[in-house]
Amino acid sequence: MIHETIALTKREVKKWMKNPFLLFMMLIQPVIWLGLFGKAMNLTGLISIPPDLLNQLPPQFRDQVPLLLNQMIRETFGGTTDYFTYMAAGMLSVIVLFTAMFTGMSVVWDRRFGFLNKLLVAPIPRGSIVLAKVSSSVIRGMFQVLLVFGIAFAFGLQVGNAFGILDFFGMLAALFLLSLGLSSMFLAITIRIKSHETVIAVANLLNLPLMFASNALFPIRQMPEWLQTIAKVNPISYAADAVRTFILHSSAGFDAAKVAVDFQFLMGFALIFSLVGILVARTGLRKG
Amino acid sequence: MHTIEANDLTKRFGTLVAVDHVSFSVNEGEIFGFLGPNGAGKTTTINMLTTLLNPSEGSAKVGGFEVEKQDDKVREIVGLVPQDITVDDDLTGMENMMLQAKLYHVPTEVAKERIRDVLSLVGLTEAANRRVETYSGGMRKLLELAEGLIHHPKVLFLDEPTLGLDVQTRVVIWDYIKKLRDEHRITMFLTTHYMEEADILCDRIAIIDHGKIVALDTPQNLKDSLGGDIIELEFNVKTDDQTKRLRALPQVKDVKKIGDTYRIKVSKGEKALPEIIENMLKMKLRIGKVSLVKPSLDQVYLEYTGRSLRETQGETGEIWRRMMTLKRVRG
Repeated sequence: MIHETIALTKREVKKWMKNPFLLFMMLIQPVIWLGLFGKAMNLTGLISIPPDLLNQLPPQFRDQVPLLLNQMIRETFGGTTDYFTYMAAGMLSVIVLFTAMFTGMSVVWDRRFGFLNKLLVAPIPRGSIVLAKVSSSVIRGMFQVLLVFGIAFAFGLQVGNAFGILDFFGMLAALFLLSLGLSSMFLAITIRIKSHETVIAVANLLNLPLMFASNALFPIRQMPEWLQTIAKVNPISYAADAVRTFILHSSAGFDAAKVAVDFQFLMGFALIFSLVGILVARTGLRKG
Repeated sequence: MHTIEANDLTKRFGTLVAVDHVSFSVNEGEIFGFLGPNGAGKTTTINMLTTLLNPSEGSAKVGGFEVEKQDDKVREIVGLVPQDITVDDDLTGMENMMLQAKLYHVPTEVAKERIRDVLSLVGLTEAANRRVETYSGGMRKLLELAEGLIHHPKVLFLDEPTLGLDVQTRVVIWDYIKKLRDEHRITMFLTTHYMEEADILCDRIAIIDHGKIVALDTPQNLKDSLGGDIIELEFNVKTDDQTKRLRALPQVKDVKKIGDTYRIKVSKGEKALPEIIENMLKMKLRIGKVSLVKPSLDQVYLEYTGRSLRETQGETGEIWRRMMTLKRVRG
């Protein structure tokens, strides 16, 4: 089982490593999001007070107002006044979502080209076919995460003062769990689908809602209540929150209890969805 | 013991009966052919025998194992060269072969040696380290064939092995298939809709039409079963049915009318033809077209299905719908 899974995972990894163009294309979208959206929104500029208004205030308040405003922003945005940093941290989770979606595409592709049949005729456990898809998707997701993290860093991501190697791996661990759960979920959804159009439709149907109904781009606190309810069960919120905490506060000074909650949720999500997803996908490969 | 045994093998997709109570057996080391038009149920049969589909009814054994219940065992001993080209474009020929070897648990060292042999056999040694993307259609098919052999299967299933290939490549593949049978005693089950291919390669042929086997024998026996030559005759003007009158002639063994054409079975065509023409002229029947056909698989096919293979390829309507349904359910 393990040997076959490794052989098939290798095939998937080789496939996209040989396709640098595709890799590049997949990076464009998040980079555009980061560059245009993340940079365009300047939080401190958005709620600054015009000078003539500020001058009407008594002098003892005048200096405190900006401080107060910054404090407000900081609290809402989890400890930063830089929206780019806020969003870049969330974007890492969104990248994982996007790559997980591609798992579904590649299954349909293999089915279409008859490659899947070739695997089904071979004397290998059906589970290895499914596992290979999930593991290659996770590997790819983590690779993309590293790239986007590097790009965000170059664009001016402000990490906390004490950000160290442990925080870096903590962040990756959260994203790994998210990737495992999401990849299995998409695989289970797409395993029986035979056309590309359907997969793309399903992906679009799930993608944007999952991205927006989370704290990846905006703080949950500002959302209407019904949306908050959704965002609170959305695994992306928990991954984004954990990543953000590691980046901004680092393990030296963060609220450990809160991160623990994030991890509990993510572990539960990854465990349940990968088990259920892999079982469903295996059944999906059954003979007609 | 037979290497392949099918008993009343049946597959239904909804209301469509793709394979309809098919029974046959294939001996060890034999090349057995399924000949029939697209949509006749050839690929569905292969899919059941290679454990991709479960039969709706009936059963089959490959190498002594039940395809439905002992599918793991069957998978170990069969190789499949599918109709579609399924080698991975993004990988090199070598990488494709290595992957296949891993899937069949061939140890790496053994695999390397076998790959070298197999690739040289199909003439792909030089292209081995190039990406399959750069291969021609024929090269891909050859690689596909090579993959099917990596684990030294007992039984090799070839689904339309030369579909869409040029004449030279077809000949290469035919030679190769014969070599495999002669030197390695591999039992082969192949499907085709090329008469020539079935005639050249197969030890025995089953003609399949609408999911049913309508004839099964060696190519020679099938041809002999026609019982002689055939005269195809058409009248110049619309006439009443002349079947009875033709049948009454001493030279004639049998007459079948397909469309406006009379297929007249005679034992010595060259001699019978002028006599029949004379006879018709005497009765003031004007002949529009006449031809003498020597027995061939084409004729056999026509004899058993009432349609020529070429006709069925282009025929719209029922056959086409059947094909589309099969395509859809196969995915």
